[in-house]
Amino acid sequence: MILHRRRLLTATAGLAGTALLGGCDRFAGTDAGRRTLRTGEDANLYVQRLLMSDTTLAREFPESMISPWFKPNGSIDPPDTAYKALAANNFADFKLKVDGLVNTPLSLSLADLRGLPSRTQITRHDCVEGWSCIGKWSGVPLAEVVKRAGLKPQARYAVLHCADTLEYASADGAWLRPTNPSAVREAHATHVRLAAAGDWGGSPTGTQNGDANDDASEGRRAIRYYESIDLFDVFNPQTILAYDLNGKSLPVSNGAPLRLRVERQLGYKNAKYVTRVEMVSTLGGIGEGKGGYWEDRGYEWYAGI
Amino acid sequence: MTASPAIDAPDKAAPERIGPNGRRLIYRHPLVIRLTHWINAAVLLVLLMSGLQIFNAHPALYWGATSTFDTPALAITSEDTSGTNRGVVYLGEHKFDTTGVLGLSTANGIETDRAFPSWATLPSNQDLATGRRWHFLFAWFLVVNGAIYLLYGLFSGQLRRRLIPEGDQIRDFGGSIKEHLLLRFPEGEEAKRYNVIQKLTYLGVVLVLLPAMVLAGLAMSPGVDAAWPWLTELFGGRQSARSIHFIAAGLLVLFVVVHLGLVLVSGVVNNLRGMITGWFSIGRVRPAREEAR
Repeated sequence: MILHRRRLLTATAGLAGTALLGGCDRFAGTDAGRRTLRTGEDANLYVQRLLMSDTTLAREFPESMISPWFKPNGSIDPPDTAYKALAANNFADFKLKVDGLVNTPLSLSLADLRGLPSRTQITRHDCVEGWSCIGKWSGVPLAEVVKRAGLKPQARYAVLHCADTLEYASADGAWLRPTNPSAVREAHATHVRLAAAGDWGGSPTGTQNGDANDDASEGRRAIRYYESIDLFDVFNPQTILAYDLNGKSLPVSNGAPLRLRVERQLGYKNAKYVTRVEMVSTLGGIGEGKGGYWEDRGYEWYAGI
Repeated sequence: MTASPAIDAPDKAAPERIGPNGRRLIYRHPLVIRLTHWINAAVLLVLLMSGLQIFNAHPALYWGATSTFDTPALAITSEDTSGTNRGVVYLGEHKFDTTGVLGLSTANGIETDRAFPSWATLPSNQDLATGRRWHFLFAWFLVVNGAIYLLYGLFSGQLRRRLIPEGDQIRDFGGSIKEHLLLRFPEGEEAKRYNVIQKLTYLGVVLVLLPAMVLAGLAMSPGVDAAWPWLTELFGGRQSARSIHFIAAGLLVLFVVVHLGLVLVSGVVNNLRGMITGWFSIGRVRPAREEAR
C-alpha cells in the first residue's frame, strides 16, 4: 500500500517535472510568454533608476587593476570595405555624423573630437556572458557632442550606428520575417551561439571573413551593429565616445576609431565602430524596433543587470 | 523577565485533532508558510535551470574584480584528447573527465559542447537571452515570496517558534546527530517541533543562503554596482560575486537533495500532507495495530 503510494508519488512528480520544463520552453515561445518574461526588465529599469541619479557614476579603479588583456568580443575585424578603407588610412578620413532631432547636424573628424573636452576613466566592462575586464578609456563625453548639435525637445534617445556588418538580410527584408516562428528562434539561437561561444581561454568569438558591401543589387542588405541609450545615460558624465584604450588609440578589435562607453550597463550597450549618433524620439523605426542589434534578438534594452 | 509560554512550549498552541485510523494530527504548517514553500520550490527550480543556462554562456569562474582568462578557478569545457572530444572540468589545476554530463553532452541525439547539459538548463537549447529573461523575472518572484515569508514569520512569531533551537535541543545536539545518522525520527510530543539540526539548517537557508544568493546576484549588476559599490566590494569584486553566487546555488541544490531524501525516509505521505493541507501526524493515540505492508 505504502509502496504503491510512494511509486505513484514519484511517477507523478517525474511527470509534473517534465511537463513543467517542456511547458516552460513552449510558454517562452509564445507572444504572451515573451511579453510576460519581459516584465522583469521593466521592474529592473524602474528600480535601478530609482537607485541612481543622472550623475551616479560607475566605480573607477586604480591603474594597477587594469586587465593585461582587454578581451575583444562580437565584431573584432569588420568585414566592410568602407571600414577597411578608413582603417587603411588610419581613420584620417573618418567622420562622426551627429543628426536626427538636432538643431545643427555635425560631422566631426577624429581631430575635431580630440579637440573637444575629454574624460579619462578606468572602469570595469561586464559582458552579458559573464566575464569582466578593466580598461582605461579616454574620449569625449557624449553630452559635449550632442550639446554642440543642440537637442530638439522631442529627442529622447541617442541611436549609435556602427560600421560593422554582423549578418545579411535579403533586400526585401524577408529573412527577418520568416513565416515560421520557430525559424526565427533558430536563427536567433545561432546568433546567440556565435556571441556566446564563451571560449573562456583564447580566441575571440564570431570570426568573419571577406568583404561586406551594402549592395542591394546582390539581393541582400547588410545589417550593421546598432544600439541606443536614453537621455538619462546620454548626459551621464561617464558616457563617452572613447578614442583611446589604456593610453593608446583604440585598436580595431576593440572598436576603432570610436566606441561608446556607457559604464552602468553591460558590454553589448557599449557599441564599437560608431560612425553616427542619431537623436530620435522613439526606437520604433530602428532595426526591428527594440533599440539594438541584440535587443532585436531577444536581449534586454536595459542592460543594467 | 519570564519567557513567554510560546518559547517554553512551542507549537502547544497549534490545533490538534484525531484523524482517521486514530492518528494524532497537528496543524503544523499555516497557509502562508505552505503557499510560500511551494512557490519557493517552483521559483528555485526555474532560477537554478535558467542560472545554468546563463553560466553556460561563459562556463568559467574567477576570483576578484575581473576575469583572469588563462587561470580560471573553475572551468567547464570540452577538449580534443587524442582524437576524441571529451567534456572536462578544471578545478584550479585539477582536471576531471565529465563527458556525457559536463562540457560535452548529448542533446536530441547530437553530441554538443556545452557546460551543463540540455536537460539541466532553461531553455533547454543554448539561448542566453531567454535564460536571462526567466532568471530576472523569477528573481523578483523569489524576493517578493521570500519577503512575504519572512514578514509573516517575524510578525506571527512562527519564525522564532519553528526555527530557533530551544535550550534542551542545543544541549542534546549530539543526540540529534545520532538520530539523524540512524534515520530515527521522533513521534509524539517531540514530533511537534523540528529537531535542532533541522532548525539550524532551515535558519541557515532562510537567513543566510537565500539572502546571500540574492545579494551576490545584485552585486553582479553593473547598475547596482554603480548605485551601491559597497555591495560588490562586500563580495570581493564582481567575479567573486559570480563565483559565490554559483557556490551558493550548489549549496542550495545540496540542501534540496538532502531535504527531499529526508522527506522520503521520514514518512513521505505524512510530510507531503503536512505541507499541502497543514495537518501532520505525530503518531497514534492507541498502540498501533501492525499495518499491512
